[in-house]
Amino acid sequence: MFSILKQKVLNGGSPVMILGQTVQRIRPAVDAYRGYSSAAKEMTVREALNSALDEEMSADPKVFIMGEEVGEYQGAYKISKGLLEKYGPERVLDTPITEAGFTGIGVGAAYYGLKPVVEFMTFNFSMQAIDHIINSAAKSNYMSAGRISVPIVFRGPNGAAAGVGAQHSQCYAGWYASCPGLKVLTPYSSEDARGLLKAAIRDPDPVIFLENELLYGESFPVSAEVLDSSFCLPIGKAKIEREGKDVTITAFSKMVGLALKAAEILAKDGISAEIINLRSIRPLDRATINASVRKTNRLVTVEEGFPQHGVGAEICTSVIEESFGYLDAPVERIAGADVPMPYAANLERSAVPQIEDIVRAAKRACYRAVPMAAAS
Amino acid sequence: MTMDLSRLTSSSRRLHLLVNPFAAAAAHSRRPISTDTSPITVETSAPFTAHNCDEPSRSVETTPQELVSFFRDMALMRRMEIAADSLYKGKMIRGFCHLYDGQEAVAVGMEAGITKKDCIITAYRDHCTFLGRGGTLLEVFAELMGRQGGCSKGKGGSMHFYKKESGFYGGHGIVGAQVPLGCGLAFAQKYLKDETVTFALYGDGAANQGQLFEALNISCLWQLPAILVCENNHYGMGTAEWRAAKSPAYYKRGDYAPGLKVDGMDALAVKQACKFAKEYALKNGPIILEMDTYRYHGHSMSDPGSTYRTRDEITGVRQVRDPIERIRKLLLGLDLASEKELKDMEKEVRKEVDEAISQAKESQLPDPSELFTNVYSKGYGVEAYGPDRKEVRSVL
Repeated sequence: MFSILKQKVLNGGSPVMILGQTVQRIRPAVDAYRGYSSAAKEMTVREALNSALDEEMSADPKVFIMGEEVGEYQGAYKISKGLLEKYGPERVLDTPITEAGFTGIGVGAAYYGLKPVVEFMTFNFSMQAIDHIINSAAKSNYMSAGRISVPIVFRGPNGAAAGVGAQHSQCYAGWYASCPGLKVLTPYSSEDARGLLKAAIRDPDPVIFLENELLYGESFPVSAEVLDSSFCLPIGKAKIEREGKDVTITAFSKMVGLALKAAEILAKDGISAEIINLRSIRPLDRATINASVRKTNRLVTVEEGFPQHGVGAEICTSVIEESFGYLDAPVERIAGADVPMPYAANLERSAVPQIEDIVRAAKRACYRAVPMAAAS
Repeated sequence: MTMDLSRLTSSSRRLHLLVNPFAAAAAHSRRPISTDTSPITVETSAPFTAHNCDEPSRSVETTPQELVSFFRDMALMRRMEIAADSLYKGKMIRGFCHLYDGQEAVAVGMEAGITKKDCIITAYRDHCTFLGRGGTLLEVFAELMGRQGGCSKGKGGSMHFYKKESGFYGGHGIVGAQVPLGCGLAFAQKYLKDETVTFALYGDGAANQGQLFEALNISCLWQLPAILVCENNHYGMGTAEWRAAKSPAYYKRGDYAPGLKVDGMDALAVKQACKFAKEYALKNGPIILEMDTYRYHGHSMSDPGSTYRTRDEITGVRQVRDPIERIRKLLLGLDLASEKELKDMEKEVRKEVDEAISQAKESQLPDPSELFTNVYSKGYGVEAYGPDRKEVRSVL
């Protein structure tokens, strides 16, 4: 149906013939290696996302990127750096600042069979296009009884950054994850970023890919397997980042890092916390969460977004429905404060979960709480 | 304030015919008309009005076979919509039902000017557009009645008909959303070098949507083969165009994008405009077509259609501008068919519709397990739940 595209792989030097389905072993556009020693390689989340985009675009000519500043600016957060030069303006498209318009165009292209990756500069701006995400993308396969599938990825930073104020700090995990027909992924580490983004691009359904601006610069060790261009993580499976036996702590995105640090602190107090990195909010890995709670008998859910009707509320209910008899304590829920995000640094800090909040909640769940400040 | 009736009736006072000698000779010994493909040329009854482009010629190439097919196809669409009206009143169709009778010339004329590799996307008044793209009466009635035999297996309903294999992408319920989607189809056609175009249809009500202008801006910047077609039936639900649009000259609203105003009740004019627009869009990018048309029914089955317009206006249009009557007069005037032949055709069409309805009534409601199918294209075995999740769960 489409002509064979001849691409020059700028980094590699030799021209590569791209044929529909073949997956090519390509070196990432951005050099991810610190050295070639046998020690674990490190990669930032930014590099991980960039390399995933590069490899998937290389492997499948139907994949293209669209969004504000993704091309000449090299990406507002440099996630798409180098891709315009490598793939050209037909596949890396700078759009005007018109989310409703370009999101609709992306969904229409997906209807026809292309595989768009639509970037929202932040997910706050996705609200301008939310009708296309929900009504045009999520529901189409169902309404058409399977005739119109929508292989599209909507990606971009989600949640709080630093000092960007109320209109630029909302977490959309809860909203999008409530909608049937969507898949919602929340990577934490570089391994997550690579594996989940590649899975999302290959997936035939609409995927909401919620990144985090503050994680872009963080480095994580990556194995050779992760660096392979065929690496892919399963959608709908959580990862147990740290095994434990006393309390289960679920988290996603940036909060996984905080939960891991909380686990270190809890360990010094003799509490062994099991940290679950959700990776996938929809489908939610209820099996892994419930199996963990049946082992530890205590649960703390952690999220950055607004508490009401959030991810933690769903996890809590799921555990009560499936594993009520195993709970030895009420479920604890740590979430962002129930207020629009303030600007002042001290208020912002108290609007977002901190490590001490997670530690305190875990101790409460283990009946090792200190009295609440307000009550005494 | 009532509509200025003279504006609506001016376009079809007389039929201007330009008959070539070959056809004139044939007329004396009329062959079986439905198979005659000798070319004839007919003038559109109204001129085209252009904005930032040259208008196409008013002389339209056609054949007796094509004209007869126009008649039959429009008669079929008309009959189908009227039958849907009865089914709705008989409570066999539920929810929304937006009928297209009066506007048939747009669906039929467009098909004549394009191929099934070109794409069409429209809003919720989609039954006839679906039929034009190759959908069957059975698929329409079964879908309207929510049965398995429906084009969306009963899971979509009136507003969600699709036929991807012949370039029909729905069937959309959100006013205006189909326009950016249509521009996206055009983007994909250009990306894949298919040399085909997309017609994105919308109404005069949707013409004021911001996302339309966002999509048009991008489509013009990227020179996409997108043709925006405003089916101006002069009322957005109950709001007349002059109450909703500061500028109801929809063919000019593209500003930097060229536009053409077309008599949407003249199937030949529609055909000519669509052919012209396709050629234009493949070379230069977007163009807007405004089809001046009219719907006899109200906005939907819950709208009598008479609180915001007069019955005189409706009967006036029906008497002077009806698209089927226009083709009937043309066929009779050119001696391409007899009155009896056309009446017989209408009887056949009626029978076809009745049979399709009986067949559709035989079709079953979807199996209960279909509640959970097609949520995803690829489900990974994930669980989904009914209202009582301890009672009803399924695997996607």
